[in-house]
Order: sequence, then C-alpha cells, then structure tokens
Amino acid sequence: MAQLNAQKAFEILDRQIYVDSSAAPALAVNSVYGGYGETTILQNVSLDIPEGKITILVGPNGCGKSTLLKTIARVLQPESGEVLLGDRNVHKMPTKSVALEMALLAQGPIAPEGLTVRELVAQGRFPHQSFLRQWTTEDARAVDDAMAATDIIQFADRPVSSLSGGQRQRCWIAMSLAQDTDIILLDEPTTFLDLKVQVDVMNLLTKTARDAHKTMVVVLHELNIAATYADKLVMMRDGEIVANGDVQEVFTAENLRSVFDLDANVIVDQQSGRPVCVPVIAR
Amino acid sequence: MATANTNLRLAGESSRALMCIGAIIFFFALHISVGAKHIPLANVFDAFLSYDAKVFDHIVIWDLRLPRAIIALVVGACLAVSGALMQGVTRNALADPGLLGLLSGASFAVVIGYYFFGSTVMPFLPMLASAGALVAACLVWWIATAAPGGARPLTLILSGAAVTAFLAAIISGVQLLDQDNFQNLRVWLTGSISGSRFEVLYWCTPWLIGSSAITLYVARQVTSLAMGDEVAVGLGVNVAKIKMLVLLAVVGLTSCAVALAGPMGFIGLVIPHVVRLFVGTDYARVVPYSALVGAAYLLLVDIVARMALAPVEISTGLVTSLLGAPFFVWLVKAKL
Repeated sequence: MAQLNAQKAFEILDRQIYVDSSAAPALAVNSVYGGYGETTILQNVSLDIPEGKITILVGPNGCGKSTLLKTIARVLQPESGEVLLGDRNVHKMPTKSVALEMALLAQGPIAPEGLTVRELVAQGRFPHQSFLRQWTTEDARAVDDAMAATDIIQFADRPVSSLSGGQRQRCWIAMSLAQDTDIILLDEPTTFLDLKVQVDVMNLLTKTARDAHKTMVVVLHELNIAATYADKLVMMRDGEIVANGDVQEVFTAENLRSVFDLDANVIVDQQSGRPVCVPVIAR
Repeated sequence: MATANTNLRLAGESSRALMCIGAIIFFFALHISVGAKHIPLANVFDAFLSYDAKVFDHIVIWDLRLPRAIIALVVGACLAVSGALMQGVTRNALADPGLLGLLSGASFAVVIGYYFFGSTVMPFLPMLASAGALVAACLVWWIATAAPGGARPLTLILSGAAVTAFLAAIISGVQLLDQDNFQNLRVWLTGSISGSRFEVLYWCTPWLIGSSAITLYVARQVTSLAMGDEVAVGLGVNVAKIKMLVLLAVVGLTSCAVALAGPMGFIGLVIPHVVRLFVGTDYARVVPYSALVGAAYLLLVDIVARMALAPVEISTGLVTSLLGAPFFVWLVKAKL
C-alpha cells in the first residue's frame, strides 16, 4: 500500500517536472554580450528564467551577475543578443510598458532625504499613471497592500532615511510590489544587512513569490542564503554561466571550487533538504 | 481609514496652497503700496477692482508699480523652480542656477550681445541668455565629470565657481572697454528689478510658457530621478529624455530670470529647501510650491530692498545674496 502511494507520488512529481520544463520561460536571455561602455563583461550568456520561481545568480566579484541583471532590466544595453519578455525584446519595447511587467530593485538605492515611506512606495505606481490619469483608488489600494505585505504600515508617514537597514529594504521591496508586476529583479537585496535581517528579507521575498505567483531574479552574495532560497541557481564566472539548474545539482563542492576557487564541503540540511557549504579550514 | 487619511491630507494640502497664494497676494499688494510715494493698501485694491484713469494713484499703480511687482513675482518663481529641478535631478542639495554657473553664463551672453549689437538685441535677449546658460551648464558639468570622482556635489560647486569667476573676469573686461554703454548694465549685473524692463517680459513670455509646460510634465518624474537612475529606469522613466527636458526647462527659466532682472543669486538654492521642510520631498509638490514661495519671497525681498535705506534703493540682488550666503554656509555645514 505504502509502496503504491510512493509510486503515485513519484508519478505526480514526474508530471510536475514535465509540466514545468515545457512551460514558456518568463524571461529568456539569448546569446547576450554586454557590459559598461567599452568593457565587455558578459560573454555569450543565454539563460531561461522560469515563471513563478526564484532564480538566484551567484558568482565571485566582477563575474558579471549584476551586469546580467542590469542588462535584463534594460539599465544596460547589450552589445549583441537579446532579452525576451514573452516574445518581445525588452530593449526595443517602450520603457514604461516594460515597467508594467517587470520591476527592478536596484543595489543600495538611496531615498531622497525627507521622502516618507508612503511617498516612496507610491512611486511604484509610476508606470500605471500618465499625465492625464494621475492618482486613482486602485493606486491607493496597491500601495496599502504593498505596505501591508511588507509590514511597514506603522512607518507609513516617517521619512525613509530615519529607518534601519532592514526596514528600509522592506520599503524598497514594497515599492517594487506596488508596481504590481509579474517579474521582480533584485540586485543584492541583502547586502550590508545582519544575517537575521537577511533571512527576514529572503523569507518575505519567497513568501511573496509563492503567494502572488511572482517570478524573481535575485543577485546574491551569500552562498548559503542562495542555496537555501533558490528554486533555480545560476553560477557565473568571468562573464559566463558555469552552472545552472536545481540547487542540489548546482551547489556542489566541485562547482564551488571551479567558480569561486573556494575550498568547502557541501552537506545537506536534514530538515530542509537544502545543501549548505562549510569552508575547509586551511592547515 | 485610507480615504479618511487621504481627505485629511487633501485638506492640509489645500490650506497650505491657500496660505501661499494669500501670502503672494498680500506681498504683491504691499509691494505696490510702498515706495517713494506711499499708497494705502485700500487704494491698491481699489485700483484693481475699480480702475479710474483720473485718480493719480491708480495711474502710478498700473504704469509704474505693477510692472515691477509682476517682474519680481515671475523672477522669484523662475529661479526657485530652476533650483528645485536642479537639486532633484543632480541629487545635489547645493544645486542652484547661480552656484552651477547658469546665471553667469546667461549674463555673459547678454553683456556680449549688448557690446556688439547695443539695445537692438532686446528681442533676442531670452534666446541669447538661454544659449549662454546652456553652454555654461554643459561646461560646468563637463569639468566636474572630468574631475577625479566624477560629478559630485563638491566638484560641481567648484567647477561652477571656476566658470563663474572666468566669465565675471571677461564681463569686467568688456565693461572697462566700453564704460559709457555699460553704465546702465552695471546695476542690472548685480541683479535688480525694475518696471522699466517690462518690455523684456513680452519677449520672455513664449519661453516662460514653454519652460512651464515642460516643468509641469517632468515634475513628478523628478522624484524618481532623485532616487537614482537605476531606480528610475526600473519604474519606466525614460531617464535620458527627462534629463534633457529638465535641462531645457532650467535653462529657459533661468535665462528669463536673467533677462528680466540680471543674475539674482541664491533664490534657487534657498527656496526649495524651505519648501521641503513643509511639503516633503515629492517633487510633484516641491516644484509648484517652490514657484509660489519663490514668488512671495522675491516680492518681500524687493520690498525690503526699497524700504531698508529709503529713499536710497538697494539693488535687490544684493539683498538676496546677503540673505542667501549665510544659508549656503549653513547648508554646506549640514549637508556636504
């Protein structure tokens, strides 16, 4: 009986995986070369971002993970290749219509001094407004919902600059949520935060991705945080994607050595089934 | 709850706006009433509500005092809005048309125009001033970008000071070459408001309308730009386009102010900071309130300039600088 159930479970799992891999990606990066000005960093990068999942990009400093994210977000123009949103080229669409489908949380953004939390979150409604269609009740509701989801209502009328790092990051996340897009790109959202606050931020993001079925692409620095939260993990080095796939497949001692030159053991956490890396102490 | 909050905010908003407009009306009337011949406020209102060509006071008001008051109002609004837009887009608390060289660029172009063409240059004054302001702005930006560390608040101020000093030297040189012609430009060069320049206002009107239209269109997007280019791109702001439009608006407004009243320092620096204390940092509000408060402020300053040492009149630009420079020092201590 138990065996039968297990078999059934595997069948369902198999079907699930089959369905997932056949679904069209939310974003597709096709043979992209690019970087800043004259310097080409990305070398022929191709990547599919699965819909409704959290894709995390990791790699050593200067590997091009932020450059890739900024190219996807159209902050940078690719030298060649394309980024497709469905079947439309992100870099050729009107920037405002991209903003209706894809939000960006930039790295270490700074709010103008004195801007209140509510004003900041309200900025997320920008692409929904025009000169003739200004503020609506729908905008107000989206802002309230975003502040509720990120638990910042109690700070609504305080200046963003008066909050702690973690609270501030929640405000920026709320701004991205108020933008009400299917896709959110996040550039190192946990950098400079305490471990506990990093975990809070990542829990908030995963919960949002699950509840609202959002697609997220996150650049992260912390390897173990990445391994804990990624649905799909992408490792980059020297502007190329070295490994890309399920966390269990990608997060291995060999890959950590070849991508990061890091000597570490990878063990599996019993409770979550997630891999964790433990650095090897040099003798 | 949300709607109650919104209603409360709207009520606060309209009472703030009404207060500003009330202040403008009061200073405007006061501005007209004071002078060599004191005209009671009642007569001032009378002159507007029931004009009588036979009453001497009414003629003085309409022909002499009103033009000056209107120019003060327009110049104050122009400079304050320019400063607000510049501070937002450059994310620089010290941005100001004077400190970043736009005022001296515009004055330089006007002086050179006078030198070569005399008073026939009048209709082209706004255009000339705009060209000068634009070139100076680009020059200041280019020098600051070339400095190590790029265009930071400090490098922008330093390159603004350098360009201003350089242009001031040339202006003085030109003045020395042609003493007679520049006698009447000397007062203008310190920043002065005079009803006799009302004709210039006609030539400025198209520029004012154009720049104001652009300003209305970009104000809301300046808040996004003030959060950084990347954030703005993510929100769907066409960053390059908006920056270009802001530059056009700032150049247009600044050059109208210069054509009307010469280089009037520190208004663009002081007013947006004062406004932010009351309405916050959202430029959709900072920009219109800067226009209102700037207009009220320059009306008041111009009253002071005429009253302080009466019957001698101090150049208005000297007063704005006397009041603005200490504020600038405080700002450097607090924000740099």
